[in-house]
Amino acid sequence: MRFRARVEVQLRPGIADPEGATIERALPALGFEGVAHVRAGRSFSFELDAPDEAQARTTATELADRLLANPVIEQSRLELEAI
Amino acid sequence: MAARIGVVVFPGTNCEHDVVRAVEVVGAQGILLWHGDRQLGPVDAVILPGGFAHGDYLRPGALARFSPVMEAVRDFARAGGPVVGICNGFQVLTEAGLLPGALQKNRQLRFLCEPARLVVASTASVLTSAATVGEELVIPINHFEGNYTCDEDTLRRLESEGRVVLRYADNPNGSLGDIAGIANEAGNVVGLMPHPERASSSLLGSTDGLVLLRSLVAAASARAAA
Repeated sequence: MRFRARVEVQLRPGIADPEGATIERALPALGFEGVAHVRAGRSFSFELDAPDEAQARTTATELADRLLANPVIEQSRLELEAI
Repeated sequence: MAARIGVVVFPGTNCEHDVVRAVEVVGAQGILLWHGDRQLGPVDAVILPGGFAHGDYLRPGALARFSPVMEAVRDFARAGGPVVGICNGFQVLTEAGLLPGALQKNRQLRFLCEPARLVVASTASVLTSAATVGEELVIPINHFEGNYTCDEDTLRRLESEGRVVLRYADNPNGSLGDIAGIANEAGNVVGLMPHPERASSSLLGSTDGLVLLRSLVAAASARAAA
């Protein structure tokens, strides 16, 4: 089976996010009021072959933790769909 | 015989020749090592120099840590060999798990290229053994991701074990605890954001990096003699 994976990587809560903070500071100047807790992150997508969804999830999670995210400061979230 | 310092070159490394010249100033021999090699060859110390290994894609150091040479660097460090990561090399060492923590984007999201005033915080490392605690050094920084970050437990351990080796006098990038450089438990692996090789001649505006390079060469020589 083939799966499409989408991995979202964000800084862990509590880790300062200078990019998110800079975006948040710019918003009032553009007329966006009341926006708070902006966090920046990255998103990755890829396709993978696996015998079933559980195996695809295991592989994609390992890939995300070993390479896409640095677990010291980041956390990842995985979305998976069969295609 | 002069101590032999291996200087690792990744695709995108750009400070290797400066580092080779600088270690030669303090009487060592600099030997370029290729990232694809599985062995270090006959070297007494290893430097991971600055630059943009693998284009800094994904995160600085994230891809370099999987280079074949890094397995050899890990073995060398485990055996007590002196290993120093400068700037991008520091980022590689944290990604490779040879040093704790991570280097985040600078607080003000600006690339910084300027002389930094540093204070020697510990001499219990291969890079600071010839310096004096409290000594001030002016050494250039040149980075976008130099904002040192780690969890509270790690910071407490680094502080209590005297493993913060260099601090910024005027924190330029938001680093936790003003940290500019740290060492591992044994003091044989050190990472720092400032570039000692760029402070190795009065022509460059500072010779303050020499005391650090001399410390490393002393450690390398001691290892060569052993």
